[in-house]
Amino acid sequence: MSEIIKEYIKKISPICKMLEEKEISFMEVCGTHTMAISKSGIRDILPEKIRLISGPGCPVCVTSPGDIDGMIKLSDLPDVIITTFGDMIRVPGSNRNSLEIKKADGADIRIIYNPVEAVDMAEKNSDKKVIFLAVGFETTVPGIASAIIEAEKRKTENFFIYPANKVIPPAMRALVMDKQIGIKGFICPGHVSVITGANPYRFLAEDYGIPCVIAGFEPLDIIISIYKLLLQLHEKRASVEIEYSPWVRPEGNIKARDIIYKIFKECDAVWRGLGVIPGSGLSLKEEYSYRDGRKLLKEEIPSVPETAGCRCGEVLKGLIRPPECELFGHVCTPVNPVGPCMVSSEGSCSVYYKYSDG
Amino acid sequence: MCLAIPGKVLEINGDKGLIDISGMKVETFLNLLEDVKIGDYILIHAGFAIERLPEEEAMERFKLFKEMEILG
Repeated sequence: MSEIIKEYIKKISPICKMLEEKEISFMEVCGTHTMAISKSGIRDILPEKIRLISGPGCPVCVTSPGDIDGMIKLSDLPDVIITTFGDMIRVPGSNRNSLEIKKADGADIRIIYNPVEAVDMAEKNSDKKVIFLAVGFETTVPGIASAIIEAEKRKTENFFIYPANKVIPPAMRALVMDKQIGIKGFICPGHVSVITGANPYRFLAEDYGIPCVIAGFEPLDIIISIYKLLLQLHEKRASVEIEYSPWVRPEGNIKARDIIYKIFKECDAVWRGLGVIPGSGLSLKEEYSYRDGRKLLKEEIPSVPETAGCRCGEVLKGLIRPPECELFGHVCTPVNPVGPCMVSSEGSCSVYYKYSDG
Repeated sequence: MCLAIPGKVLEINGDKGLIDISGMKVETFLNLLEDVKIGDYILIHAGFAIERLPEEEAMERFKLFKEMEILG
């Protein structure tokens, strides 16, 4: 442990003692933070009173089972190429089906890194419909919106997306309103905030009195952010502070947001474990809605219940730690995952399993 | 999924740039940023630069950040 981290721990302890609460729960809502916290062993060096809980910060994990089924159904269509970020491919839908199983059965499913690659692929395969599975938070959406702008520019009419992108702040509101969770502060996502800036979190501080700190990804960043959250609690104030100051500007990236909202509009969205959250999804604006890949299915995509026994929903709300799920570690493992939190490398269950952070 | 990594702009060709990421050269879209210049530091996510810092500002900010770490 570095000297500077030890110094911060020394400052954290007395503040912690002065606070009346028996337990102080801070939630991170970014999968990269979930990984950084578990990997670094930060939980072990903090005072016992501080409980770091992982929220719905992994976009793959919060994609509803209904959407996963819809994506899998699309891969059954003739003359279709499904393109996706790698994390999505192993997520089980209902009936334990997955894109990986479909791929093994011969469906044309390709992993890409940059959404524009899917537009290039559509140009080269004009006899096919190329569908990109649009999953991800504010950090990822500008690139997806850019791919649509690129397809419009090139008149690539056989490029579609499955719109399942989500925005984080409305989910944070839903989490704060759930008194069972009892969040005392948010470690806000660093790279989402590069795009959004600090403003979208202000309602949490101003309307709900919840301190927020936008954090970087090194162990020291996280320790400093926890210190700043504790100071706010101790001084009985709530505001949004930026710890990840080398990269996050208070106003965020305005151009990137303009590009998002040129293509998308807000809509209600279903989150796994959290249900419908108003204004938390992004759907294509009317003029681009012909690129909605879901329309290629002749049937409605039904909403499907969560997998029996899988407690990903409670894990995503921070209500239980992954090892508290009966399936964790024996029925559900990274090699044979039952729920999405075990599939994605940044899912809470997978992170706990990997770093034995029980 | 929101992982992003910093790099330095080596060349600019229209909406794209050639970026040095720890010695590796990678092509990245620059369309989400205004006024990118050669030498700027940028933050890259899924093939797109999502933020930029001019070289001097980057040096200054990272220096300040380091000092803050040292001073605690």
